[in-house]
Amino acid sequence: MQKISTLEILLAVFKRDISLALRRQSDTLGAVFFFALVVSLFPLAIGPETKLLQQIAPGIIWVSALLAVMLSLSRLFNDDYQDGVLEQLALSICPLALIAVAKILAHWTYTGLILLCISPVLALQFNLSGIAIEVLLITLFIGTLILSFIGSIGAALTVGLKSSGALISLLVLPLLIPVLILGTLAVDAATANLPYSVYLYILLALAVLASFFAPLACAAALRIALD
Amino acid sequence: MDIKSTLSKPPSSSWNWFLFAAPSRFYFLAKKIIPLCWALAFVLGAIGLIMGLLYAPTDAQQGDAYRIIFIHVPAAWMSMLLYVAMAFWGAMGLIFNARLAYRLSNSIAITGALMTFIALWTGALWGKPTWGTWWVWDARLTSELILLFLYIAYLSLYSAIEDQRKASKAASLLAIIGVVNVPIIYFSVKWWNTLHQGASITVTKTSMQSTMLMAMLIMTFAFWAYAFAVILSRVNQKTLDEESHTDWALTELKRLKATI
Amino acid sequence: MIWNSFSDFISMHGYGPYVWGSFGLTLALLVIEVIQLRLQRKKLIAMSDLT
Repeated sequence: MQKISTLEILLAVFKRDISLALRRQSDTLGAVFFFALVVSLFPLAIGPETKLLQQIAPGIIWVSALLAVMLSLSRLFNDDYQDGVLEQLALSICPLALIAVAKILAHWTYTGLILLCISPVLALQFNLSGIAIEVLLITLFIGTLILSFIGSIGAALTVGLKSSGALISLLVLPLLIPVLILGTLAVDAATANLPYSVYLYILLALAVLASFFAPLACAAALRIALD
Repeated sequence: MDIKSTLSKPPSSSWNWFLFAAPSRFYFLAKKIIPLCWALAFVLGAIGLIMGLLYAPTDAQQGDAYRIIFIHVPAAWMSMLLYVAMAFWGAMGLIFNARLAYRLSNSIAITGALMTFIALWTGALWGKPTWGTWWVWDARLTSELILLFLYIAYLSLYSAIEDQRKASKAASLLAIIGVVNVPIIYFSVKWWNTLHQGASITVTKTSMQSTMLMAMLIMTFAFWAYAFAVILSRVNQKTLDEESHTDWALTELKRLKATI
Repeated sequence: MIWNSFSDFISMHGYGPYVWGSFGLTLALLVIEVIQLRLQRKKLIAMSDLT
């Protein structure tokens, strides 16, 4: 029997998750449309005054992105848990934490990355300046990555539970508050022509921490559920 | 070796770190401690309240509204202390696979959440007369609010999972993740608060007069004693409930029933 | 004692509702917690009869 390398397993897991997401296009696109819709709701609720909207735009876009990603998390491990694939993955030679990384990166590709692509359009709706949109994109890039990593912990803790959507948000959103704060502070600083790179560096640091510790927490949580 | 005889022997009595990990031994130890805790809570509470309400002088800036701190500050400190304790015992449960540790961790949760709620509510009642608004998004109050969400998250996760063992493990993992994140959350909220200058109202730290400080410290210990009493009672109840198939628990339950 | 009269004490120089509201709420919540503990204890003992 041919020996499969760890990397091949991880690539296979990644590809599988992406192709499953492609088949469930309605869910993937659903998150994107949800994002756009929620962002549009705020001006409707608050009023069309340009100056005010410019001020609150980073916060609105960030919060909406958070919520849209939360929606998609419940399916991260649940489907595989239901049909037994997760158990098989836990038994493979590849550490469960690395498999979690592969799944999380796939998740980011079919949620965060896509949200990232339409966020410039939404930012223009709020008349954000060029530099602000630039910084918004950078913060969202790093931020949605962190979202997927920390969100996966919530997904892993609630795997196997029915209707875990709200519960995942409850578990994970408090942990994401620093990311939210840093992301919006960066954009605000950029808009005010103040130095913003320090926020980006800290976001990067949080991303590194999350990418290391979150998969370990995921693996622990998944093993609790699989026992 | 006869299995039945090994099972019916009482747990080894020589001292070791895990001596009180045996539910039966812990139960009877806690039973002795609980009345002491209640007594301490009442005595310290009485002293603290008398000192704080009757003898501490009126504050020059805030008038008598400041007396709320005799509850607000102890409750806030307890809320943070209890969260750390909850995470600690959850970690102990995960490391040593000890049911009692899980039970203790779980019993702390609801008292901790209650303390957080009290801190927030009294904080609002303190804020209204002193700063004019019911809620102020300053770093400490906002962090306290997030702490409440962390407690609620713990309780929700625990109640959502049916299997008690799995629920304990998952909730303990969540508590540990939470406690690790609390410093990060606190610093980012502090940063957020100082950089959004317009909305923030900084609570200036005035040096406290000694009677006020004493009363506040005594009240803190009173709250601590109360928390011990309530949490240990809850642990004992859960122990009796979950060990109700054992001889000692049945005997104890019969004895309790007779004393009602 | 810093209070000149009982009514002064109760009114807390105008801050009465806030101060007594806080103390009252706290007392109420702690009492509720203890009552809830007692009720559960009664239930536990009652249930043990059935086994």
